[in-house]
Amino acid sequence: MDVDFFVQQLVNGLTLGSVYALIALGYSMVYGILKLLNFAHGEVYMFGAFIGYFVLSALGGASSPSIPVAPLLVIMFLAAMLGAGLLGVVIERYAYRPLRNAPRIAPLISAIGVSFFLQASALLLFTAQFRTYDTPQLIPIDTTGRIDAGPLHISLTRILVIVSTIGLMIALTLLVSRTRLGKAMRAVSYDREAAAMMGIDPDKVIVATFFIGSALAGAAGVMFGLVFERVFHLMGFTAGLKGFTAAVIGGIGNIPGAMLGGLIIGLAESFSTGYISSTFQNLIVFGILIVILLVRPTGLLGSPVLKKV
Amino acid sequence: MSRIGSDDWVEQQELRSEYYTGFTGPARKAFDRVGPGPRFFAFLAICAIFPFFPTVADSDFLIRVGVNVLLFALLALGLNIVVGWAGLLDLGYVAFYGFGAYMYAWLSSSQFDVHLPTELVIPIVITASAGLGLLLGLPSWRLVGDYLAITTLFFAQIFVELMLNLDRLTPPWRDEPLDVTGGPNGIPGIDDMRIFTIDFEQTRDYYFLLLAIFAVVVVGLYYINESRTGRGWRASREDPLAAELMTTPVNRLKLLAFAMGAAVAGLTGSVFAAVQTGVFPQNFEVALLIMIYAALILGGAGSISGAVLGAIIIAAVPEILRTPENARYLFYGVLIASLLIVVRPWKRVAGIVAAVIVFGFAAHEIVALIWPDVVVGVEDGGLGGLLDSWVLVVDDHETLVNFAFVFLVAAVLILTQLRGESRMLLLIPTIYLAAFVWENRLVAEPSVTRQLLFGAILVAMMTKRPQGLLGTPRVENPI
Repeated sequence: MDVDFFVQQLVNGLTLGSVYALIALGYSMVYGILKLLNFAHGEVYMFGAFIGYFVLSALGGASSPSIPVAPLLVIMFLAAMLGAGLLGVVIERYAYRPLRNAPRIAPLISAIGVSFFLQASALLLFTAQFRTYDTPQLIPIDTTGRIDAGPLHISLTRILVIVSTIGLMIALTLLVSRTRLGKAMRAVSYDREAAAMMGIDPDKVIVATFFIGSALAGAAGVMFGLVFERVFHLMGFTAGLKGFTAAVIGGIGNIPGAMLGGLIIGLAESFSTGYISSTFQNLIVFGILIVILLVRPTGLLGSPVLKKV
Repeated sequence: MSRIGSDDWVEQQELRSEYYTGFTGPARKAFDRVGPGPRFFAFLAICAIFPFFPTVADSDFLIRVGVNVLLFALLALGLNIVVGWAGLLDLGYVAFYGFGAYMYAWLSSSQFDVHLPTELVIPIVITASAGLGLLLGLPSWRLVGDYLAITTLFFAQIFVELMLNLDRLTPPWRDEPLDVTGGPNGIPGIDDMRIFTIDFEQTRDYYFLLLAIFAVVVVGLYYINESRTGRGWRASREDPLAAELMTTPVNRLKLLAFAMGAAVAGLTGSVFAAVQTGVFPQNFEVALLIMIYAALILGGAGSISGAVLGAIIIAAVPEILRTPENARYLFYGVLIASLLIVVRPWKRVAGIVAAVIVFGFAAHEIVALIWPDVVVGVEDGGLGGLLDSWVLVVDDHETLVNFAFVFLVAAVLILTQLRGESRMLLLIPTIYLAAFVWENRLVAEPSVTRQLLFGAILVAMMTKRPQGLLGTPRVENPI
C-alpha cells in the first residue's frame, strides 16, 4: 500500500473531520440543552464562511492584504465567530423561544423554515456565484507554506485548521467542565425546571449555548473557506447534514462524542473518496449513519434514554 | 413541561379563552364550531368547481397551473397521512414521489425498451411505492421524533444521489456500464398514459385524470380518517405509550401510515412523469419537500381540506408572482390584509395607511432632492403610475438594497416584540422599507421571493398558529 497516499488521505480526513466536528458541537450543545434539532445550523455555518470572505475582501483581499497575515486570520475568525454567534442568538430568540413549550414537531418545522429563509436570503444578498478565499495567495503552498516530512507535504493551512480546532475544543471542554456557565449549562440540560428552581435563568443559559455553538460553526465556515476556498449559498445544507450525522454518531448531546463523530465522518469521507470512488462518498457517509442509528440509536458515546411515562 | 409557578390547567384554560380574540375571533369561533363533518362537505362543494376550471381557463398555461395545483394537493394529502395523522416526521417523502416517477419511466419508456400498458404500470407503481414506504417505515419502530426525521431525510438524499449516479454502474454480470437512471440528464421521452381505450395526450387530459385520482384519494382518506384506523393513528400520535396500552397496534399503524403516504406519492409521481414526459433528479430535491411541508403546515396538518387549501395557495401564488404587475397587486393586497388582521381597532389602520403614504411621498421628495441621479421611476408605472412618486426605486445600487433587506428583516423581528404606540410608530417606516425592497429587488426575482416566503411562512405559522389555517386547535400536553 502506498504510505504517501494513505497519509495524504489521513490529513485530508482530519481537516474535513475538524470542520464537521465543529459543526457537530453546535448541534450537540443545542440538542443537549433544548432537545431541539437546529436545522438552521448549517446556514449559520454558511454565513460564517461569507463573513470571513467579506472581512478578507475588506482588508485588501488575499493577494494584497493591508495588514500582516497572522492578525488578518485572527480578525477573520473573530468576526465570523461573532457574526455567526449573533445570528444564532437571533434565530433562537425569534424562531425557537416562542415554541419552548410547544409539541416537539413545531420547533423542528420552524427550524426547517429558518434554514430555507436564510438560504434564500444568502442567495439574494450574495447571489449564486462562488466566492473564493484564494488561500494560496494568502498562505503560499511553496516551501515556506508547508511542512515537508520526507516524501510528505502538508500545507500550513491544514495544520492551522487542525490545530485551531483542537484549541477550540480544549477551550470548550474547559468552559463546560470548569466555569460557572458550564456548570449552569450542564444543569439546564439535565433538568430545566430543577435548574430554574436553583436560581439558574434557563433563557440566559440557552442564549449562551446558542452563541457558543453558532460561533463554533462560524469558525468552521472560515476554516472550510481557507482549505477548500470556495464558498457559496448552498454550502450549508450538506455540511449541516454531515455535521448532524457526526453529532448523532458520537451520541447527540455529548461533547466528546461530537468530536469523535466529526473525525469519523471526515475520515470515512476522505478514505472512501481516495480508495473507493468519489461518486458514492455521500452515500457511504449516510449509510454509516443509518446503520449506526439502527444498531445504537443513542450513538457511540451516548447513554440510553429512559422512556418517561 | 410547564413554566415554573404556573398551573397547567389554568394556563390551558387561559389559552382556550384567549384563543378567539381579535376582530376575526367570532368568525374563527363560528368556523371552528362547524365541526369536521359539515366542514368537509362544504369543502367538497368548493372542490366541485375544479371540473369546470378547464372550460373557463382557455390558455394552456392556466391548465398547467391547474395540473400543478392538483399534483401538490395530492402530495400534501399523502404527507398529511404520515405527518398530520400519524404524527411521524417523514422528511424522506419526496423520495417516494421520485420513486413513483422513475418507476413509471422505467416501465414505459425507451430506457429499457419496456412499454407496459398503463393500467398494469399504475398498480405496480403503487405496490412498489407502498413497499418502499413499509421499508422506510421500519426504522420508526425504534427511532422517534428527530432521529426518525433525520434518517428519512438521509433516505431522500440517498435517493437523489442514486438517481444522479446510477448511469454508469457496472454490475458484476455485465461487461459494459449499465445506464439505469440517465444520471443528471434523467430519462426523457416517456410514453403518454393510455388507460384502456382513453389516450392522455394533452395537459387538459391529465388535468381530468388527476382530478379523478384526487376525488378518489380525498374520499378514501376521509373514510379512513373516520375509521378505526384513523382513530388509531391519532391516538398513537398523541401518546404512543398510552395507545399501546389500550391495545392499539402502534407499530403496525406507523407502517401503514408510511405505506399509504408512499402509495399516494408514488401514484402522483407517475402522473407527474407522464405529464412532464421526462424525469430528472433535480425534480425531487429537498426544496420540493419544503414546499409540500409549507403547504401542509399552512393549511393545517391533520385536516384534508387544510392540506388542499395549503396546496392551492403554495402552488398558485408563485404563478401570480411571475409577472411584476400581478405580483405588485398581490404584495400590496397582502400588506393591507395583514394590517387589517394585526392592527386593531380599524380606525388605526386608516391612520397607519395615511401615515405610510405621507411618509413615502416625503421620503421620495427628500431623496430626489438630495440625490436626483439615484432615483428612477417604477418600471411601466405600476398601479396606474401611483407608485411612481411614492416608492423609491434606485438605479444600480445593489449594496444599498441588500442593506435595506437586512434592515427590513431586523425591523420585522423587532416589531414582533413591541407593543402599543412604539409598535405603530415603527410599523410605518417598516412598511415603506418593505415596499422599497420589494420594488427594487424582490419583484424581479420571483424564485428567491418564493423561497423567502415559504421559509417565513413555516416559521410564522409555527409561532402564531401552529394548527394552520384550517386545522383544529389542540391544547396538548407536550412531553
